[in-house]
Amino acid sequence: MNKLILTLLVFVSSSYSVASGGAVSLDHADIDLSDKESLQRGAKNYINYCYGCHSLDYVRYNRIASDLDLTESQVVDYLIFDESKYTSLMENAIVDADAKKWFGATPPDLTMINRIKGSPDWVYTYLKGFYKDEARPWGVNNTVFPDVGMPHVLFELQGLCAHAPVSEDHVVYDSLSENQTHESGCEEFEIAGSMNAEEFDEFVLDLTNFIAYVGEPWKLKSHKIGKWVMFYLLVLLVFSIAYYRELWKDVH
Amino acid sequence: MSDKNSIMQWVDARLPITSAYEKHMSKYYAPKNFNFWYVFGILAMVVLVNQILTGVWLTMFFEATPGGGPESLEYIRREVPLGWLIQALHAVGASMFFIVIYMHMFRGVMYGSYQKPRELIWVFGMAIYLVLMAEGFMGYVIPWGQMSFWGAKVIVSLVGALPLIGDDLVIWVQGDYIPSGATQSRFFSLHVIALPLVLCLLVFLHILALHEVGSNNPDGIDIKKRLDSKGVPVDGIPFHPYYTLGKDMVGLIIFLIIFLGFVFFMPEGGGYFLEHANFEPANPLKTPEHIAPTWYFGTFYSILRAITFDIGPIPSKLGGVIAMGGAIAILFVLPWLDRSPVRSWRYKGWMSKVAIVLFAIAFVTLMKLGTMPATKGATILAQVCTAIYFLFFLAMPFYTKFEKCKPVPERLTK
Ligand code: HEC
Ligand code: HEM
Repeated sequence: MNKLILTLLVFVSSSYSVASGGAVSLDHADIDLSDKESLQRGAKNYINYCYGCHSLDYVRYNRIASDLDLTESQVVDYLIFDESKYTSLMENAIVDADAKKWFGATPPDLTMINRIKGSPDWVYTYLKGFYKDEARPWGVNNTVFPDVGMPHVLFELQGLCAHAPVSEDHVVYDSLSENQTHESGCEEFEIAGSMNAEEFDEFVLDLTNFIAYVGEPWKLKSHKIGKWVMFYLLVLLVFSIAYYRELWKDVH
Repeated sequence: MSDKNSIMQWVDARLPITSAYEKHMSKYYAPKNFNFWYVFGILAMVVLVNQILTGVWLTMFFEATPGGGPESLEYIRREVPLGWLIQALHAVGASMFFIVIYMHMFRGVMYGSYQKPRELIWVFGMAIYLVLMAEGFMGYVIPWGQMSFWGAKVIVSLVGALPLIGDDLVIWVQGDYIPSGATQSRFFSLHVIALPLVLCLLVFLHILALHEVGSNNPDGIDIKKRLDSKGVPVDGIPFHPYYTLGKDMVGLIIFLIIFLGFVFFMPEGGGYFLEHANFEPANPLKTPEHIAPTWYFGTFYSILRAITFDIGPIPSKLGGVIAMGGAIAILFVLPWLDRSPVRSWRYKGWMSKVAIVLFAIAFVTLMKLGTMPATKGATILAQVCTAIYFLFFLAMPFYTKFEKCKPVPERLTK
């Protein structure tokens, strides 16, 4: 009986921690959709490290080419590694049923992930948030996605963090010495990666930038047109106020 | 010129174009003291036209099936030329519609525009509001994202609270045991043709009724009481061009700056116009952490949730549905609850003024609470605000009758 209550308690508290997942503090991803080079690096890294598992069902290679200033041959050489054509959708990743068997969960399509999460910060923090946890099948857990089914695919680059990395908000200052006693990010590496913390942050930022772009590829254009529309409306407003004054001169 | 005149003469002998133009535009005399609050009727018409035009284009590409909903919307956003713009105009337009309508309605409350002889204008307005809510709800369901599905499930299940027939009625409305493709396609049909038709007819009647009696104004004074030698109200000015090209044009441009600002720079309205969770295709097996309606339903959703207790033989769920229905129904009879001898709150007593301010605060608070999880504190706050909401109406016959009003001037002020 006691055991039952205990498991129930554990279950309730763990489901609570999942439910409050949105409240975990996130690192801020300072992305820039107009930085074409960052987007190009992000695209290449996405193909190399993520596309094997995560499709981008609504995206075409040629759309990426025209938005990111790439030529057809660049796309064919650096981005397409399967039978896809230049005009294909990026939809052949893994077969769902196999994936479910291997990871216990299907790797979701990532076209819309940023829009579902509401900001790029989530993906950014997630990609930096893997740490060692022997209890998990892949030996890793994640700060923002508890009991995640995805392996730490950026392990070679980042290394393996021994404990849950600290988020930016959690940096603690020592009030006496005014020193930072906690660095944000990983405090201690179990296994070192090929990149230092800064390089890895850059890498993840490029990737996040690309994933954000993929969610709303029209956004840059929208901002550009929007500025002109606002400008014309403001000009129109000035004229219409002038006209209104003229028209109403004799009313009162 | 003479050519045109003879054509106009020919038409006018067969169709009352010129006289209709004069009756509703150039010789429709509107009070000259219209303020900020009087622009929203025109804005509502502009948004209605926007919704219909963008809706027609969306319908060309949209596929009303469970898988096709999210997919065709992304197709529209990504591959249809300017599809992202059309989609954003429609989605942001929906929220703008409600902002505009709430301002329009509150204007009516402040200036007593629903009072005799404008009761029918108000009642047609309320019918419009009711249809608009159905339109907004169904529009949100048809993309078939997570919030579409779970929102539909929560709202349709309310029908199930009715005693005896409830459960069968839910299945009848859904056309299935859970919200499914059958539900989606009937909502689609209602959203794109049935309700818009009704809406246009009601707007027509609304304007017809308005132009029969003429507009009210911030002073609540009847301008038709003082006519000049030609029978024109001395405090009136022709609607066209003074409002059409004058004041309303300025208002329209300011509105467009706000509306298009959202369309181009913030089409999801920070998660209020389109909730983030709705970008995930519907999954009947995965309940979202937090199911919230779009902001414009917040007030009534809060009232629904505020009834957490059984009332005698009425279980709390049915009680909530009754409270929510009552909150909307009571708005219809507003013209008959107000017993004040004056229209505008400018000349009503302090009790009316306090009541209107409290009502507005309660309404907005409930709206905000409706989008948030129902924690204990939030529920108590919602209950207090629900009480204020109903008291505003139920006590109105008394405080409007017994309070002391200020004398109403003969002519418009300013
Ligand atoms: C070996 C296959 C694999 C690779 C490679 C991979 N992932 Fe994953 N990923 C998964 C699986 C499986 C899940 C689902 C985890 C779960 O649901 O528990 C997942 C989940 C995610 C999620 C969370 C999605 C959600 O809906 O919450 C994100 C974001 C993500 N992956 C990003 C990436 C990125 C970025 C890369 C490239 C750096 C990548 N993944 C590489 C298998 C993979
Ligand atoms: C599609 C929605 C609607 C449209 C297009 C619309 C249009 C208009 C227009 C053009 C006017 C005259 C201009 C003005 O006074 O602002 C007006 C007046 C009015 N409307 Fe609406 N309306 C709509 C919805 C509503 C609703 C929902 C209500 C209230 C329940 C309402 C109540 C009134 C009242 C009382 C007036 C007279 C106001 C006065 O003279 O002071 N309307 N409407």
